[in-house]
Amino acid sequence: MGIALKSRVAAPQLPSRPAYGDNQPGTHLPPRAGSLNGVIVPEQPGKNAIEVRGVRKVFGTGENQVAALDTVSVSIRENEFFTLLGPSGCGKTTLLRLIAGFDFPTAGEILLHGQDIAPLPPYKRPVNTVFQSYALFPHMTVAQNIGFGLEMLGKPKGEIEARVAQMLKLVKMEALKGRRTSQISGGQQQRVALARALAPQPKVLLLDEPLSALDYKLRKEMQIELKRLQHETGITFIFVTHDQEEALTMSDRIAVMSAGKILQVGSPRDIYDRPAERFVADFIGETNFLPGTVVSKQAGVATVKFASNATISAGYPEGFDPSGEVTLVVRPEHADLVPDPAKGTITGTLSNIVYFGTDTHYHVKLDGGGENFIVRHQNSRSSAVTYETGAKVGIQFEEDAARVLKD
Amino acid sequence: MTTAALSSAPLSKAALFEAQAVKNSARRNRLLSLPALTIIGVFGVLPLIIICVYSFLAAAPYGGVQWQFSTDAYLNFVFQRDIFDDTLQFTPDFLIIYLRSFLFAVVTTVICLLLGFPTAYFMATRPPAQRNWWVLLITIPFWSNLLVRTLAIMFIIRDEGLINNALIGLGVIDKPITMLYTNFAIQLGLLYAFLPFMVLPLYSSLEKLDFRLIEAAYDLYATRRQVLWRVIIPLSKPGIIAGCLLVFIPALGAYVTPLILGGGIHLMIGDLIAQQFGSGRNWPLGCAQALILMAAVLVALYFYVRNTSGKVQHG
Repeated sequence: MGIALKSRVAAPQLPSRPAYGDNQPGTHLPPRAGSLNGVIVPEQPGKNAIEVRGVRKVFGTGENQVAALDTVSVSIRENEFFTLLGPSGCGKTTLLRLIAGFDFPTAGEILLHGQDIAPLPPYKRPVNTVFQSYALFPHMTVAQNIGFGLEMLGKPKGEIEARVAQMLKLVKMEALKGRRTSQISGGQQQRVALARALAPQPKVLLLDEPLSALDYKLRKEMQIELKRLQHETGITFIFVTHDQEEALTMSDRIAVMSAGKILQVGSPRDIYDRPAERFVADFIGETNFLPGTVVSKQAGVATVKFASNATISAGYPEGFDPSGEVTLVVRPEHADLVPDPAKGTITGTLSNIVYFGTDTHYHVKLDGGGENFIVRHQNSRSSAVTYETGAKVGIQFEEDAARVLKD
Repeated sequence: MTTAALSSAPLSKAALFEAQAVKNSARRNRLLSLPALTIIGVFGVLPLIIICVYSFLAAAPYGGVQWQFSTDAYLNFVFQRDIFDDTLQFTPDFLIIYLRSFLFAVVTTVICLLLGFPTAYFMATRPPAQRNWWVLLITIPFWSNLLVRTLAIMFIIRDEGLINNALIGLGVIDKPITMLYTNFAIQLGLLYAFLPFMVLPLYSSLEKLDFRLIEAAYDLYATRRQVLWRVIIPLSKPGIIAGCLLVFIPALGAYVTPLILGGGIHLMIGDLIAQQFGSGRNWPLGCAQALILMAAVLVALYFYVRNTSGKVQHG
């Protein structure tokens, strides 16, 4: 079988700006394989925990065939917190289930440390899953749930007990070890599910939207908890979510998926600052889209002219050749309002001001028409200028703020 | 002071109203259960009391009872009074019939469970739209009378029946195999009559089973066999218990099936008791036999439920 070894989906891995200390300032992370101060080390074939090669998954037969995954290739490194991000129905859970072994790929290979595991049943893969529904065994206690995997592996009783005790401590559930799973709260069930999946010390831990059932505050707590657990255990985490904020705060790398394909793989900063496609820019964070015309381009930077005749230089992803009418994307926080329209690259009228506490969103109706342009301003005590709706304003862009993207 | 007085007045009214509502709903619940309780009382408890009383009376020569206290019925269950010297002799005839019935019921229950579990599992794993059709198929036998169905079995297994004729026609055998009026026939009839009572409760508990738990077990290195024994069976225990009770108890007291398919040669408890009220003309003995059967079932039930629920507790 001819397998497309060359990944058509993995985006070029640009070195991140190292100064930002990856995405978790304040935590003292040891250098990880694959990621060093946010600089992505080029792929090392031997250091991949999971390699997905040209995997297709088709559900149904005949006319009802649906390709849930359309020739996906991606490499997930050892000790990495890797996130599959995308809207529901994009195939992220399907990919996770293929790695877990609940479904089998229609075509392609899934390598775990170089060995093809695609034809193996789930109980022969050193991979464990934290389910969205937790799927805790209701007829067992918390401790029995955690020990189940080890018991099935035929570990001696003493070892199981020691390991269960260790796991209970890790997720801070010692006090409730004798409880039934129906007698503990959702957040506690979540911890037990984690401990149960971690207890057999899998090579890779799969997490299928594990936080979606928790309320906001608990979710925030568990995000930090998950990072800590991944850090303490050194296990590769593959995390599935549709929550872009969750993905950005927790991941070492993110794969953005849509309609059965991986659109871009990169660090959270990569994905956010240098989206490869319009879908990625739109799905992650808020984005302004501006129409323009390419005037000239060289070495990955295009000069784009707006309807107002103002020009701007904008980067574009590798492998994309922008020309003619294009769409520029600009993040709301990478633009600035100026009271004097003459000083702005583009101009418009303030149509709405929305106060968010930490920052303020200014909605600007552009003179050239089209969608409202949103500028985000962080509020501070000394915010000098105050704007009124209806005022004529100019918009300036920070350096490198604009990007030309494929539609 | 005044505000407290003002606010306490409507509060107490509300409290009174609530108390009245609670009282009303309690009365309503009692009223709702009255028809069922009446039926249980008149047609369940009262006959049981009559049976109890009759079992301690003497038999009248032509059926019925004589109002005279006697424990003969219970003595006759295991002893026979010698006609000449009035001594009691141990006769295990009835005990043997009880034991045989017990064996029939146990075998029926076990085979029904072995056949019913995969069937119920198959039904529960069909797409939801298909499941109701399978339930309907399982209940088809209930559309006709048990007597008719039992007679139909008779026609299938008798010497000139479907099976023997087919086997002879195919040249597999040259003499018909005798199946009717054997233990085999009774066993077959019992299985046929009670299999749906095993499948339906099993299905209803398997249908509620969260199949994601099975995936979780596979994920945690459980093999198929381990998933079955450690997850599926413990979680379908309520269905297994209900199914076993629904098969075992009526199978133990089965009357029509052993009578027709056993040909009256291989008696079961049901026939035995019926005989006492018919040709035996010994009502007190029949009552005593019925009560002994009930006591045996209760004791068996007690141990069964205690054991199985204990296993659920320990996981």
